[in-house]
Amino acid sequence: MGLNASDPDAGRTEVAAAPAEGVFTTTLDKMVRWARAGSLWPLPFGTACCAIEFMSVVSSHYDLARFGAEVVRFSPRQSDMMIVAGTVVDKQAPILKLIYEQMCAPKWVISMGVCASSGGFYRAYHVMQGIDEVVPVDVYVPGCPPTPEGLIYAILKLQEKIERGDPSHWQVEAERRAADDRSQQLVGS
Amino acid sequence: MAEFVSENLRRNFGDAIERVSDDRGDLTVWVTRSRVHDLLAHCKRDPELDFCFCMDVTAVDYLSLGGVPRFAVVYHLYSLKTGKRVRVKAGVPEDDPVVDTAVDVWRSTDWFEREVYDMFGIRFEGHPNMKRILCHRDFQGHPLRKDYPADLRWKLLRPDDLLDEISGEEMQRIRSRVSHPISE
Repeated sequence: MGLNASDPDAGRTEVAAAPAEGVFTTTLDKMVRWARAGSLWPLPFGTACCAIEFMSVVSSHYDLARFGAEVVRFSPRQSDMMIVAGTVVDKQAPILKLIYEQMCAPKWVISMGVCASSGGFYRAYHVMQGIDEVVPVDVYVPGCPPTPEGLIYAILKLQEKIERGDPSHWQVEAERRAADDRSQQLVGS
Repeated sequence: MAEFVSENLRRNFGDAIERVSDDRGDLTVWVTRSRVHDLLAHCKRDPELDFCFCMDVTAVDYLSLGGVPRFAVVYHLYSLKTGKRVRVKAGVPEDDPVVDTAVDVWRSTDWFEREVYDMFGIRFEGHPNMKRILCHRDFQGHPLRKDYPADLRWKLLRPDDLLDEISGEEMQRIRSRVSHPISE
């Protein structure tokens, strides 16, 4: 291909022609999102029977490894997807919040089952009516308990969300807080 | 069926026994509140009765039945030797909800009595640690009372101390056994 220094399109032609077979161009942002979506490390916050269903999802039959989310960690420091599986009582609420806050960003939360999502049939004096009272939730899964397919669908939804680049709730929160701080400073000055 | 149990209790406690019912073999003995501790101790120590096992301590709120006294504390006893059971009930008035503890008779009643205190607000005199067991420290009221709104919740902002029953010394011993790298 002939290069002509006077041709304004010369550089562009060069780049378009450059990729060899098996090489793709993309943006760094997109690649990071793709990698994050495909390597979620779940932290199970299991308090009831939903946690049993979660076990079957990560075991061989339903095999969550197919979606890159099988590395279950029991330390919030090492995980980025919290799966709250079960009833969370008011006494447990500050513990849930503490563990969520110990997770490193970026982080996501799946509320598995009706108890975690809305209190379920525990409309009572002791159960939180949805964990979103204390932690931000990205995907809610209905069911009592949800089927393994239900949880897998939720993880696929979360992956879509991550790949699309939708801001996670922690991001929205953090940005809101930063904006609040800025306006506080403006008021102060 | 369990006649010897009711006869034994009547013989030993006389007027303190308010009522006895034997409904299809389920023996229930109502006893005056002031004598309930004596009666429980007797049930355990009398060789004929030998109720070595206190299966449960609970309570009933008779508010909607217009009950006077309002509450009853209920003990379920079982004898491994004779295979007999007895239910001991003692009426507790609303304005003075106190009963003597049975922890010195069966140590297993420790948590049962705390649960009754938590749920009904009935205090057990002489209990070594009379505090809530299920609800958290910022909870107010007693949820199994009939006049407690079923869905009234109390939020807890900071984790409750779940290990406060363990003495400092015991905690030290437990900590020294933990060998996870994070704990060091």
